[in-house]
Amino acid sequence: MSTRSVTGGHAISKPLFRLGVSPTLRLLAVILLGLALMALDHRVNELQFVRGALATVTYPLQVAVDAPVRAVSRVFESFTSREDLITENRILRSENAELRARQLRFEALQLENDRLRALLNTAEQAEERVEIAKLLAVDLDPFRQQIVLNKGRNDDVYAGQPVINADGVIGQVLSTRLTSSIALLISDPSHALPVLSARTGLRGLVVGTGNPQRLEMRHVPLQEDVEPGDLLLTSGLGGRFPADYPVARVTSVERPQGQPFLSIEAEPLAALDRSREVLLLWTDGGVSAIAPLELDNDPETAPNALESEPAEGTP
Amino acid sequence: MTRAIGIPWPVALTLLAALALAIVPIPDILRPARPEWLALILIYWAMAFPSRIGILTAFVAGLLLDTLQGQLLGQNAIALAVIIYIVLQIHPRLRVYPVWQQMMVVAILMALFKLLALWPQGITGFPPGSIWYWAPVLTSALVWPLIFSLLRDMRRRWLLHLT
Repeated sequence: MSTRSVTGGHAISKPLFRLGVSPTLRLLAVILLGLALMALDHRVNELQFVRGALATVTYPLQVAVDAPVRAVSRVFESFTSREDLITENRILRSENAELRARQLRFEALQLENDRLRALLNTAEQAEERVEIAKLLAVDLDPFRQQIVLNKGRNDDVYAGQPVINADGVIGQVLSTRLTSSIALLISDPSHALPVLSARTGLRGLVVGTGNPQRLEMRHVPLQEDVEPGDLLLTSGLGGRFPADYPVARVTSVERPQGQPFLSIEAEPLAALDRSREVLLLWTDGGVSAIAPLELDNDPETAPNALESEPAEGTP
Repeated sequence: MTRAIGIPWPVALTLLAALALAIVPIPDILRPARPEWLALILIYWAMAFPSRIGILTAFVAGLLLDTLQGQLLGQNAIALAVIIYIVLQIHPRLRVYPVWQQMMVVAILMALFKLLALWPQGITGFPPGSIWYWAPVLTSALVWPLIFSLLRDMRRRWLLHLT
């Protein structure tokens, strides 16, 4: 074997004293540096510039890995038959018509809602903007629930931004780079989301379990009214997610003996492990903020709402 | 003799390939068992060129892996630096072992690697609670003969003049 001859040759030329820093010292330095990085990254989350520098190398790699996967699916798409396309088109068209009809009513309801809210002196709902982001086909740590999106700081994505899809809440942006970002799914064990039950208005916390099909609702006292099938909506209390987005449906409720809280399991409404496109959500200001533009649009309600402003401004 | 400096381009290429293999999408069932390609390839090159591929290379490559996988920065970097340090200490012996014995050593190194990467996850509060976390120890050892023969051929073809 040539490895042996190489070893022999190396042994002869090997100097008694190596020049430079010894490997042990090097290791110690590197461990210290690594520990400092970990502490900074975990505690202060202020390592965006380091991550950004590293991402200049890793992002092309992610794109390179993503490209063939995307190309294959594109090839398959281009082979779909004309009939399939026509059928799909018809279905989409009828769905679109239905949705637009519903949208008409929705706008009327929105106006009515705003007026009623103004009469009741409560805050108006904030304006929202959505944009589609694609998932990069790359795998992350198999024991964390994270995804890579193809939008980054250049597209105004910010850490903590809500990520949804057409079915419900997906997660929130964890860190951003220039052209991509990493989002944490609601099924990650480190993710907790304030929710309320649509049926009873009961508030609670939905925590991930590491399994994309299963969530847990924690800290609900035993006497509370929760039933399988209950819809859980975002409550907007955390300040990150706007209120009233569907999150999950309760699948099972158990009353464990000798424990102060119910054991509630829920299933996320959005297919967390199967969606290839998600929506990024921008909300103008906080949940309880009053949008001044809306007030100008509606002269009848404007004085009322303005009177209520100081009262609402305190929290 | 001064320390040989510089990473030869075939080595850099294989390291990039290892980073890509770490994020290539594979079926969900197989994901936890994905071999630690980067660690395997670093072990081979550290064994073959101990004066060129060392702790710093391992650390930087580990940082890139951390960024790619969305993990705590430094988690894989420290673990890789430690096992490459061990490889540097035992490389003359490791080179002359038969392949099956190298597989044993690789398994032990991988177990240490996974253990070192587990600690930060435990401290930050979210340790992976499943026995599958340790699957790469076995799969990495099993793919070692493949890595070994591939990289050895590569070294013989392009890098025979280096030490």
